[in-house]
Amino acid sequence: MITVADVKHVARLARLNLREDEIPLFTGQLSAILGYVDQLKELDTDGILPTSHAVPMENAFREDTISPSIGVDKALANAPHRVDTFFGVPKVIE
Amino acid sequence: MKFQPVIGLEVHVQLKTATKIFCGCSTQFGAEPNSQTCPVCLGLPGALPVLNKSVVDCAIKAGLATNCTIAPRSIFARKNYFYPDLPKGYQISQFEDPICQKGWLDIHLEGLEPKRIGITRIHMEEDAGKLVHGDVPGLENGSGVDLNRACTPLLEVVSEPDLRTSDEAVAYLKKLYQIVTWLGICDGNMEEGSFRCDANVSVMPVGSDTFGTRAEIKNVNSFKFVKQAIEYEIQRQIDLIEDGGTVVQETRLFDPTSGRTRSMRGKEEAHDYRYFPDPDLVPLVIGPAWVERIAGELPELPAAKQKRFMSDLGLPEYDAEVLTATRALTEYFEACVASHGNAKSVSNWVMGEVTRALNDNGIDIAACPVAPARLAALLKLIDSGTISGKIAKTVFDEMWKGGRAPQDIVEEQGLVQVSDSGAIETIIDQVIAANAGQVEEYRSGKDKVFGFFVGQVMKASKGKANPAVVNELLLKKLKG
Amino acid sequence: MELFDLTIHQMRAGLAAKRFSSVEATRAMLERIQATEPAINAFITVTPEQALADAEAADRRIAAGDALPLTGIPLAVKDIFLTEGVRTTCGSRILAEFIPPYSATSWERLRSQGAVLLGKLNQDEFAMGSSNESSAYGTTRNPWDTNRIPGGSSGGSAAAIAARQATATLGTDTGGSIRQPASHCGCVGLKPTYGRVSRYGVIAYASSLDQVGPMTRDVADCALLLGAVAGLDPKDSTSVDIPVPDYGAALGNGVKGLKIGLPKEYFIHGLAPEVQSAMDAAIATYRSLGAEFVDISLPHTDYAVATYYLIATAEASSNLARYDGVRFGHRSSQADNLIDMMTQSRSEGFGAEVKRRIMIGTYALSSGYYDAYYVKAQKVRTLIMRDFTRAFELVDLILTPVAPTPAFAIGEKVNDPLQMYLSDIFTIPVNLAGTCAMSLPAGFSPDGLPIGLQLIGKPFGEASILSAAHAFEQSTEWHLRKAVI
Repeated sequence: MITVADVKHVARLARLNLREDEIPLFTGQLSAILGYVDQLKELDTDGILPTSHAVPMENAFREDTISPSIGVDKALANAPHRVDTFFGVPKVIE
Repeated sequence: MKFQPVIGLEVHVQLKTATKIFCGCSTQFGAEPNSQTCPVCLGLPGALPVLNKSVVDCAIKAGLATNCTIAPRSIFARKNYFYPDLPKGYQISQFEDPICQKGWLDIHLEGLEPKRIGITRIHMEEDAGKLVHGDVPGLENGSGVDLNRACTPLLEVVSEPDLRTSDEAVAYLKKLYQIVTWLGICDGNMEEGSFRCDANVSVMPVGSDTFGTRAEIKNVNSFKFVKQAIEYEIQRQIDLIEDGGTVVQETRLFDPTSGRTRSMRGKEEAHDYRYFPDPDLVPLVIGPAWVERIAGELPELPAAKQKRFMSDLGLPEYDAEVLTATRALTEYFEACVASHGNAKSVSNWVMGEVTRALNDNGIDIAACPVAPARLAALLKLIDSGTISGKIAKTVFDEMWKGGRAPQDIVEEQGLVQVSDSGAIETIIDQVIAANAGQVEEYRSGKDKVFGFFVGQVMKASKGKANPAVVNELLLKKLKG
Repeated sequence: MELFDLTIHQMRAGLAAKRFSSVEATRAMLERIQATEPAINAFITVTPEQALADAEAADRRIAAGDALPLTGIPLAVKDIFLTEGVRTTCGSRILAEFIPPYSATSWERLRSQGAVLLGKLNQDEFAMGSSNESSAYGTTRNPWDTNRIPGGSSGGSAAAIAARQATATLGTDTGGSIRQPASHCGCVGLKPTYGRVSRYGVIAYASSLDQVGPMTRDVADCALLLGAVAGLDPKDSTSVDIPVPDYGAALGNGVKGLKIGLPKEYFIHGLAPEVQSAMDAAIATYRSLGAEFVDISLPHTDYAVATYYLIATAEASSNLARYDGVRFGHRSSQADNLIDMMTQSRSEGFGAEVKRRIMIGTYALSSGYYDAYYVKAQKVRTLIMRDFTRAFELVDLILTPVAPTPAFAIGEKVNDPLQMYLSDIFTIPVNLAGTCAMSLPAGFSPDGLPIGLQLIGKPFGEASILSAAHAFEQSTEWHLRKAVI
């Protein structure tokens, strides 16, 4: 079903590190779960539209008027590393 | 083997709305980092997006101006990837159901037939924040994230791969730029990133119908650099293929200093964006009434105006194109013509003296100190013979500096043109009498000396003599 | 009757009659919390100073004649609700030190009435769980038997009611996370129709399924609390502009002539015998009150869990991408480059269940699998919705069990995630369909464990399920029993 390579790939996409000893466990669990959800294949859904919103809704807007920003101190209040008024991060090479 | 380039362009147009696309923070450029943020654009837990209606209006305008079909129903989708300038770890964009599709623009390169370039789609999305590196104290070994720009509304305009040369690409970009600034939906400030271009470039053997592998050159911010980047990339790919190599599908950056593109592949991994409809936003349903209302609000677009300037005002194509470079310039021109019907004369002055003065002073037509009505008044003075064209230039300079009416300047400085033949004859007689030697030279065949006499007459009349009358009378008198 | 035993209505009456003050009531709750927390662990953060300050302000307001229904009432909310200035963890280590700069709309609506905040309640991490065992702050214990789970993910919210640590609480429900713990802890819990209550400021798990709901000691309190939080919020694009009725006014309507559906798919699924007998007794009670029962079918029920675990995990995998160590939350000190920083921060901060669901969701959305998994699930969702729409053409309400068994033992299902998921079979379909449902006390097992019954209503039919629930409650005394801690 889902292989160790798949699990490693998905973990990388999701920015998750799995320890070597965790990988077989996760692979087994994910396999069982994905095996279970495979049953949906049994259902004929030809001509059925997917539902994105269970309750019909459309066109929710706001006007183009400025509302006050929360200010740099509130914005940065939880910053793991604040530098001046920036969020500091390890060097990004572009 | 001869190669044919194939170019497609993706342009990100930053919209000139007061607030961001999904929150009420200001979009003003240049504010202190992170001072224009809120839970929504910071991507804080629990925050939710709400769509700015003006952004939809802008998108419909852009779609109508580029002949697109406006989708009656469109959906926002999440584009998932991790990057520090992307606070939610996904960008809200549109994927399968964009707001506009299947439009086109015509470009017209000098000496060539007009060419239609297809526009595949236009969609709305939010911008990411900005990263700064190293140059801020404290960030020497790191980078800083500023989210003021995060959530700024963008329109992404995707062209069909119909372009074949760098000149075509630049013409398309300039046309698109003209349209979005004309509509007033974009401020056109390329240095500030209001109009960004990604170029997809590939080459294929001439006569083939299978496109080659393309490389994407990201984020080129000037027309000049776009041309250079595309030309470099075309040659790079041709050289690579001719050397036996293969073009790799990758993202590249253009370096203006070296004039080369380089691969970003070090940072790139295969991106699986895992697009899916954003459950926090609801479908956008646009009925015909909305589209009609926007259509009614559209200004006459450059192409239509040019046609009208040529057919109704009798202006040549060159004039029509120059005068419709920006909406502000066109409006200035039209205001002037409304006061002074001689369109060609207005055109000459706008393209000539006005443009020169604007350039010399480094300002835009919007800041022109000479109002259209004043310019029209000046032109009336020329056409009525009150002043000569040359004197008019002096008056114009005065008007520019002091903002006064031309007739006031003319009166005050006594610049009224002298057209009275009697008066001019008198001056001519004096000049001829004083320059017998030159008269001899002229009469012996040196035609160029005529100019000397004209100069002397003009000098004696302090420039006010009507040049046409001077020429006529001087010719008569010198011939004897 | 101690102050901590009172319902909202009883407390209101007491405050109005000046039999006690909000400060006294709040103190009583805080003492109760202190006494019972070692055994229960329902709270992640208790806010005694804030609570007393809120209570003092409330008392002034009451004295000035400005009281609203919730003025001075001591409440607690699941730690998934952002509360400005008060640590909000969502049951996760990754937000262990997160102090929000803003509050959830639903909490704001209560606070602006003068409600008192006792603290933030324990939950499964990021609302992913059915037992509260995945919290980074320890398992909450069921007050009826502290070797058992209280249910999840709003385990703390339910346990706090059962332990009488709070007069009422707010929880969230994505696949049953209000109803199932309410059932296991013997209290009332309601999941409103999707869009009825704002999600702004509620930490997102599965955006198209999450809803905020009240958890209370009785139905009247539930109606009151729902009315206080429901209604359009311009900050939430998915909140609906439908007027909020007076839920309290509809309570006395009774059930005479009401048609109640019994879906056959819910009554054969390995129901524990004690649950079956509680249901039988409840049906008999309703019959005696004049309701009629109709056998119905919700044919796609068996596919609901699979559908849910694809849609919810996909949305969650995207919603949790913002926890990257950049702007808030845990940042690993073990990394020197950007990708490692993000990866390490997330790996250190998230627990196993969260990682599992993120991976499943990422897989379901990934290239090559999106159509087969995510889109397919969204199509099956349409079929499940249709089942309900068709059923509601035949009946006014639907009655089902909430869980196949009463509360299971702590540790019993922790090593078998799939087994854990399967126990949500009766609650999940309602979230997929987007409609409303509530759990109310309907009996006890021979071991003294609470058993709830579920009433499912039509979209925006909260008034009718509250009314039917009220009628049942008035004819029984299950809601009056108290857990002994």
